[in-house]
Amino acid sequence: MENVLPLLGSGILEALQPLNLTMIIIGCTVGLLVGAMPGLGSVNGVAILLPITFLVPPTAAIIFLAAIYYGAMYGGAISSITLGIPGASTAVATVFDGRPLAQQGKADKALVAAAVASFIGGTVSVILFTLFAPPLAAFALKFGPPEEFALMILAFATFIGLGGDDIPKTIFSILIGLVLATIGLDIISGKPRLIFGDISGFLHGINFLVLAIGIYGIGEMLWTLESTQGKVSVHKVKMSFSSLVGNLKQVKEYIGTTSLGSVLGYFVGTLPAAGATPASLMSYGLAKTFSKDPESFGKGNISGVAAPEAANNAASTGSMLPMITLGIPGSPTTAILLGGMIIWGLRPGPLLFTEHPDFVWGLIGSLYIANAATLVINLAFIPLFVKVLTMPFTVLAPIIYILCVVGGYAPTQTMHDVWLMFVFGIVGYLLRKLNYPVAPAVLAIVLGPLAERSLRQSLLASQGDFTTFFTRPISGTCMLIALLLVSYPLIRKLRKRG
Amino acid sequence: MSKLLKSIVPLAVAATATLTFSINAIAADWKPKKPVEFIIMAGTGGGADQIARLLQGLIEKKNLSPRPFIPINKPGGSGAEALRYLQDKEGDDHTLLVTLNSFYTTPIIQEDLGVDVSRFTPIGRMALDTFLLWVHNDQAEISDLDSYVKAVKSTGNSWKVGGTGSGQEDSILTAMMEAEFGYEVTYIPFPGGGTVAKNLVGKHIDSTVNNPAEQNEFFRAGNTKPLVQFTGERMEAYPDVPTAKELGVDIEYYMQRSINGPPGMSADAQAFYIDLFSQLYQSEEWQTFCVEDGLDCNEWSAGDDLAAFHAEQLKRHTALIEEVGAEAITGE
Repeated sequence: MENVLPLLGSGILEALQPLNLTMIIIGCTVGLLVGAMPGLGSVNGVAILLPITFLVPPTAAIIFLAAIYYGAMYGGAISSITLGIPGASTAVATVFDGRPLAQQGKADKALVAAAVASFIGGTVSVILFTLFAPPLAAFALKFGPPEEFALMILAFATFIGLGGDDIPKTIFSILIGLVLATIGLDIISGKPRLIFGDISGFLHGINFLVLAIGIYGIGEMLWTLESTQGKVSVHKVKMSFSSLVGNLKQVKEYIGTTSLGSVLGYFVGTLPAAGATPASLMSYGLAKTFSKDPESFGKGNISGVAAPEAANNAASTGSMLPMITLGIPGSPTTAILLGGMIIWGLRPGPLLFTEHPDFVWGLIGSLYIANAATLVINLAFIPLFVKVLTMPFTVLAPIIYILCVVGGYAPTQTMHDVWLMFVFGIVGYLLRKLNYPVAPAVLAIVLGPLAERSLRQSLLASQGDFTTFFTRPISGTCMLIALLLVSYPLIRKLRKRG
Repeated sequence: MSKLLKSIVPLAVAATATLTFSINAIAADWKPKKPVEFIIMAGTGGGADQIARLLQGLIEKKNLSPRPFIPINKPGGSGAEALRYLQDKEGDDHTLLVTLNSFYTTPIIQEDLGVDVSRFTPIGRMALDTFLLWVHNDQAEISDLDSYVKAVKSTGNSWKVGGTGSGQEDSILTAMMEAEFGYEVTYIPFPGGGTVAKNLVGKHIDSTVNNPAEQNEFFRAGNTKPLVQFTGERMEAYPDVPTAKELGVDIEYYMQRSINGPPGMSADAQAFYIDLFSQLYQSEEWQTFCVEDGLDCNEWSAGDDLAAFHAEQLKRHTALIEEVGAEAITGE
């Protein structure tokens, strides 16, 4: 431990070298823009920019990649808030409250909250990483299939409260999501399921972004058209230095959920199975469950923006841990970072920490500098992003439609998914009209495949014995917390009546 | 001796590769016009994934392609998702597949998938990957193959073997061992070799037949130990681990790591990719990687040669699957 701080310090100093700092600033800016483009995401961004890294020394290169990765995490929130289209799966939860805030003319407030929460998430996770990396790496190993399943159940439990008071409708929405998640190839036996005859486009399953962009991009647009009869007022948002300071001062409104989200995000991120998307959704669910005013979530509560943003940034640092110690990347972007490491002759594994501490702590140090740099760059860009909203609806709507189509096409590059996205858009609009919550369905389609796989693996291992989820200490604890979370809104209701 | 071998192997490889190179240099100067999708038929962290990402990096580093290669993992259904994806990309010049042996087994076992890999466009075989039997280091009572077999038999059929997917190499090798030793195990499929390795280290499973690349770092850290290698001769990286054949068990099994295009890829594109991968094959970086990771990279095979190799392997796997039964492999 005592030799960690000097290493981290020298990592940070290393990151402040002129060349490295330049790489950080370029990387963050590029990442920010890449992350803000729906469907492009940090995966493609990092992959396309990988060649640049061969022109500079390895340290500068990994710093550059880390900066893009980090910038993209921030960037995902931008299109979620300003356009209502999630730029990446990690930013879906940000749409829930970010979009309503933008429609109320508070886009600047939401963007500042997203940036600040991201910064706090990044800071908290770097501290946690520094203090607890080795024990947590050991803890991650204790996560076998039953623990993973219990974690997924916990994630679902955080979302039961999400649909508001109408629990049956929430459960219905989760079930729809779960059915959609089973489309494609059976994860264990590889047999095709629910592919509607032989439509090959369904073989790869329903891509999560296709659903999210359909529901939030297209569905939301249809809803706006109907509810305003086409007369959408233009929001004038004035940005000045003093309003920025004012927005920054509102941190105390969401500091609680942000801290909770940061810690949760980091822990979920360190587990090889999970990653930043479930982390951000769970964080949102928890923020709502424990809010004094859960009714305002989904209608523009600033904590609903801060909680997922803090969690996804914390998780992105957390997911460096399984990559470094186990060689298992927690996200597609870390997978590319992993590729970079292998090229530079660094083999991930339990020994990397002891054999190449300079690399590990240099990386963490540079993540920290990237975090600070992105905050500054992001805040500087906010007035520009807010300007987008001052465009007349007649101009903005076609742009959103085009971005939706591009975003629907990009992940799998098939027109099948674009049509599917439009279908989801219409379904999303109808669900909204009928007052069904759509967020639980989105959660179910992300977590469904993970939950199904771990459930079946666990049952294979336990010879079909369900008690395995309750008798093992970690999974048993997760199950218990899940049970408490599900009953919490009920208890609170009963108390109010009593 | 090993040093000498190390320096001779790349030389010999370079010589053969230069030969292929000069033949291919005549080919038309087709070049990728957009990013190339580099499909991996398994999850992240496994052997195929590591190889694909190393190759991607080397392509960029050596500036071999004007457009980037973008690795995409399609691990679903023991590679079925990736195979079907590639087949549906018929005629496409910008999609490549990095294979495992599920390239052969998945279409045999899943007949309704409708994939015929002999129609795919063969590019080049980058390596033959090897298999070892791994257990956790804390399993003190297991020190060799005999004590392993004894331990498995003592559990009835609840010994948990983890592997990548079902109906592919890990499960075939497991089924071969079941047939050979007359025991039964519970096979648990995971999305990638990296996850399998992690689950052995975390003691959620009892043994694996991981490739060297997937377990090596855990082995070095003292978490896991290899008992047997399923190769013809002992590998340089594991001089103290006996081969199955030395112990009188007739199991020898390899996995090809090859690059293939979709059916009907244009001849010009095929020539370009063959040239590109032969350059990678002879590169110092690749040959070093092979030695360190226990891969057999002594013979480059491309185009029609690779097609012939595929045909032969398909036959062998059909026979193997008939012998042990598809049910034994898929665990149904």
